[in-house]
Amino acid sequence: MAAAAPPANPASITTLAVERSLASRKRDWLGQVFQVVLLLSLILSLAIIVFLLSNVLGGAWRVWTDRGTDFLTEGGSRQAEAAGVWQGIRGTLTLVGFVVLLAFPIGIASAIYLEEYAPDNTLTKFINVNIRNLTGVPSVVYGLLGLAVFVRTFGLDRNDEGGLTGGKSVISAGLTLAVLVLPIVIITSAEAIRAVPRSIREAGYGVGASRWEVTRMLVLPSAAPGILTGTVLAISRAMGEAAPILLIGANTGFFSSGNQSFVEQLQGTFTALPAVIFGWARETSEFRDVTAAAIFVLLVITVLANGTAVWLRNRFEKQW
Amino acid sequence: MTQLTPMLPGPEPMSLRGSPRRRRKERSVHVVLLSAALISILISVGIVYSLVGNAIDFLQKIDLSQLWTTGYFPRRGLFDLKTLFIGSLLITGVALVVAGPIGLGAAIYLSEYASPRMRRICKPILEVLAGIPSVVIGFFALTWIAPNIVQRIFSQSGTFSLAAAGIGVGILIIPIIASVAEDAMRAVPLALREASYGLGARKITTSVRVVLPAAVSGIVAAFILGISRAIGETLVVALAAGGSGGSVFTTDITGPGQTVTAAIASLSFGSDQPAGDDAAFQSLYFLGIILFIFTLLLNLAGDVFVRRTRQHY
Repeated sequence: MAAAAPPANPASITTLAVERSLASRKRDWLGQVFQVVLLLSLILSLAIIVFLLSNVLGGAWRVWTDRGTDFLTEGGSRQAEAAGVWQGIRGTLTLVGFVVLLAFPIGIASAIYLEEYAPDNTLTKFINVNIRNLTGVPSVVYGLLGLAVFVRTFGLDRNDEGGLTGGKSVISAGLTLAVLVLPIVIITSAEAIRAVPRSIREAGYGVGASRWEVTRMLVLPSAAPGILTGTVLAISRAMGEAAPILLIGANTGFFSSGNQSFVEQLQGTFTALPAVIFGWARETSEFRDVTAAAIFVLLVITVLANGTAVWLRNRFEKQW
Repeated sequence: MTQLTPMLPGPEPMSLRGSPRRRRKERSVHVVLLSAALISILISVGIVYSLVGNAIDFLQKIDLSQLWTTGYFPRRGLFDLKTLFIGSLLITGVALVVAGPIGLGAAIYLSEYASPRMRRICKPILEVLAGIPSVVIGFFALTWIAPNIVQRIFSQSGTFSLAAAGIGVGILIIPIIASVAEDAMRAVPLALREASYGLGARKITTSVRVVLPAAVSGIVAAFILGISRAIGETLVVALAAGGSGGSVFTTDITGPGQTVTAAIASLSFGSDQPAGDDAAFQSLYFLGIILFIFTLLLNLAGDVFVRRTRQHY
């Protein structure tokens, strides 16, 4: 057909203007400046980490070249050149043990309940809101909880000494930290469980499995990598918290532990790496380098824990 | 009536319920899991109960005029609340001045400008910053920020200052503001950006006039959560603001000061805790309940704003 040709409009002023503006290479200076400013703020926040780590590394290196592994195996001391972190490392690992033994089973069980069992009612909603709010409570408030409940109520008998938890002891601090990370464990585990597709569960029910069998044999194995990541996050949070354990009464200085039984040690004086760091940071400038070295030890332990989790997750993660 | 289908031999309805042993097991598992979930409520009850009980004891022990004096010196019976509130407010203000622009800038860059590869590299590093224990930042604020930044700007400033602590707290809340704000901006549908480009808008116009307003509730939430974290931060302030023992009322950020959290810290850390039923000791719980209520309200408000972004799109 002959009518196919488009109507040949004469080039209007508008089309000319648009053509010119599309062809021109005018640069958007304001936009460029904006982008550079944004990039700078991102670089600044990353640079803070690099700078902080290099600062810590410098101090740690000086201690390492001066003293070698001595620093790791010595206990606390009033002299900077004799002070070591062994008691801190042991305390931190004991506290992590409490978190693993208490917060993980309870947290994962709560997550299973909330995701697999809970009916959609007011109680469930209340539990969910409550857990979300608990994650936002400042850690020092958890410290006060531990001080009131574990140190004083369960820690002192009628004569004001030596109750169940031994007062200001590893047990009280461990229980407090377990309480502190419980909401984190629940939320991350619940997210991991929620990510398991419905079809997996339906397949299980289809062959006649009960709810618990579906949960135990199908849902939990599939959610395990995600749960693991969450639990390790909780561990590194617990290792870095200083305020609660200081409130419980972690020792910031020197203490001796003779030949005590295991229970006596759990009920006795204690310290942990964050408390050691806090104590040394308040000392004179001679303690600068050992403080940096203690921070380095704490960060290495945290990074090791996180790295293991990432490795395990990548190894077992499933794509649906 | 005729029977439409012949009765087929099959399992009785009762037998489909499974063996009694299996049902008993199911029920006990249910109870165990439910009681685990109820522990979290027990924790909240524990917090409120232990704080409120002791706080009421404290209020009965003191004269209410002791809460409004010239300074906070608990061992001398001066529990001035305005010293602590102004301290917390100043710290939070300094922290927001530091973390607000940096966090928001980083968030806009990551959400609007960064290539996927760059985002993949930068986000984990920001998470590392979020994971650095606050005692480490406190040490950094005391030994580096105070001499190298604060004392350069304000020459009259000493070893301890609210400004140094505030900058330290700001560093702590950068990742919170950045990640919550970035999530909010990435939740803005691509269609809005495309519509803006289709009208011939530049990238900066699209980011500032389209994406930011669309994500504003999420950004407000980011700031609220950052403020909540700043108010609750203890260690940085305890180390770098230097208010151990007490503090007179001050609004000078270049000098030492005291916040609600640092007041709790300085009273209770280490071996020199006051004795058990002392008013000074019980003031801890009073401060604790104030802190608890403040952060709870802020977090609830933050939650509302986060949910509002999600509902929009």
